[in-house]
Amino acid sequence: MYYGIRGDDGISTPETIVSLRNLTKTFPTADGAGFTALHDISLDIRKGEIFGIIGMSGAGKSTLVRCINYLERPTSGTVLFQGRDLSKLSMPELLRVRQSIGMIFQQFNLLMQRTALQNVCFPLEIAGVEKKARIRRAEELLELVGLADKRNSYPSQLSGGQCQRVAIARALATSPQVLLCDEATSALDPSTTRGVLALIREINEKLGITVIIITHEMAVIEEICQRVAIIDAGRIAEVGPVSDIFTHPKSDAARRLVLPPGERVEEFMGGRRCRIVFDGRSAFEPVISNLVLEFRHPVNILYANTKEIDGKAVGQMIIALPEDDHLAERMLGSMRAQGLSVEEVTGDV
Amino acid sequence: MFDQAVVKMIGNGILETLYMTLTSTFIAYIIGLPLGVALVVTDKDGIHPIRWLNSILNVIVNILRSIPFLILMIFVTPLTRAIIGTSLGPTATIVPLVIGSAPFIARLVESSIKEIDKGVIEAAQSMGAKPMQIIWKVLLPEARPSILVGAAIAVTTILSYSAMAGIIGGRGLGDIAIRYGYYRYENGIMFVTVALLVIIVQVLQEVGMMVARKNDKRRK
Repeated sequence: MYYGIRGDDGISTPETIVSLRNLTKTFPTADGAGFTALHDISLDIRKGEIFGIIGMSGAGKSTLVRCINYLERPTSGTVLFQGRDLSKLSMPELLRVRQSIGMIFQQFNLLMQRTALQNVCFPLEIAGVEKKARIRRAEELLELVGLADKRNSYPSQLSGGQCQRVAIARALATSPQVLLCDEATSALDPSTTRGVLALIREINEKLGITVIIITHEMAVIEEICQRVAIIDAGRIAEVGPVSDIFTHPKSDAARRLVLPPGERVEEFMGGRRCRIVFDGRSAFEPVISNLVLEFRHPVNILYANTKEIDGKAVGQMIIALPEDDHLAERMLGSMRAQGLSVEEVTGDV
Repeated sequence: MFDQAVVKMIGNGILETLYMTLTSTFIAYIIGLPLGVALVVTDKDGIHPIRWLNSILNVIVNILRSIPFLILMIFVTPLTRAIIGTSLGPTATIVPLVIGSAPFIARLVESSIKEIDKGVIEAAQSMGAKPMQIIWKVLLPEARPSILVGAAIAVTTILSYSAMAGIIGGRGLGDIAIRYGYYRYENGIMFVTVALLVIIVQVLQEVGMMVARKNDKRRK
């Protein structure tokens, strides 16, 4: 299993495929001040991983992903693709590099006047592949995404999920090293989203393509990403394995995403609260029941959920601690003694 | 009133009108189509911005568009003589018709291409497409149904311009309507020619729209 290349253990040094160094992008504005969409972004994306970039809308994610294939030229900083500095390439060289970076979009961006098959042929025409070879390749890819029977359908005759599958087949046509997904599932309903994500994971595993996913939905990150970068107001707030960010978010931006608005515990609750994180092991213990039995004091659960992240079950719960500080400390101590990850939380968590 | 000579004259008028209209439309598209593409492509948000060229093209198109056709027709007479050898007759009328309609067609083409979703162009760029490949494989094919609708509008506009050319001896149905209806008060002949003009416009319009609809894969 290629999971071996994850982990920050330092034993295996994974190969970096895309490397962003001190990337800054400023857009000119009417008043001349300029709007800085990206501030000093540095990231390393490893060969073969599914890397997520998450942030609220307006955080600069779309600009960031467009810098990776130089659809947007960064104002300063460098983008290294397989060790090559994109800013140093001539236009024809850059166009060739783009053929090794596939991209899919929120609105699919298929050619409306072409059939599914002709759409998949399109990047091959650009790359100068001969007609017979490109039809063969396109048929193969439609097969891979499960749409072999829709080869002669036009995008207007396909559902959103089918369109995105055609777009994926199209993005894969030139056998790219990297697949960029810009909010690729944001226009799809939850069950279609799951299907498309499963397809992306399958492609990642089968073809070994590095996938970079831009999204504003934590659910997408949890579903398929191994590592994630959280971008907030044009800066990287946090980077790390998804399970770490989920269980121990360090930045405010990460906490906001892990506990999305609406599920957040409101201020009026007052008092002390703590967050308990369960991993696969502790999830079997009746932690709260034990706590109640041990201290003979009711425990109020404010929030709880369980998710499967990167193949592991992870749960979290927020409980209100008793007013009595002494009792609260003893409860915290008892939970820690059971090997649970517990932290006190303040504010809006 | 409707003796054989008149019927023959009207028959010739129809042919002359169709000849002027269709030839002019064809030549005007040879000029207007690339001009419209150039207007979009060299725009500051286009796929290959060239500021100075875009400004020059816009100025030329705007100037030609603001001259009323009747005036333009008389204004370009020396040019028509230089090209055709005469300023009279249907072939000579083609010159002002092309000059008058090419900038209009350029604007029609420009707006058709601008209807294309920017994301589709961005997708082509992300695949490493060169500007020329984007023009031939994305802009023109994706805008095709809309360009055809524009052509149906253009051909009827050119037909009405060609009727105006009757004033300066351009022949065709417009010429007959002016000479018999306006100068000689033969209302019967004028009525027939006007009815024929209306029918021709309707037919061209319907055929154009039908071709456009057949070509559009967006709703089926």
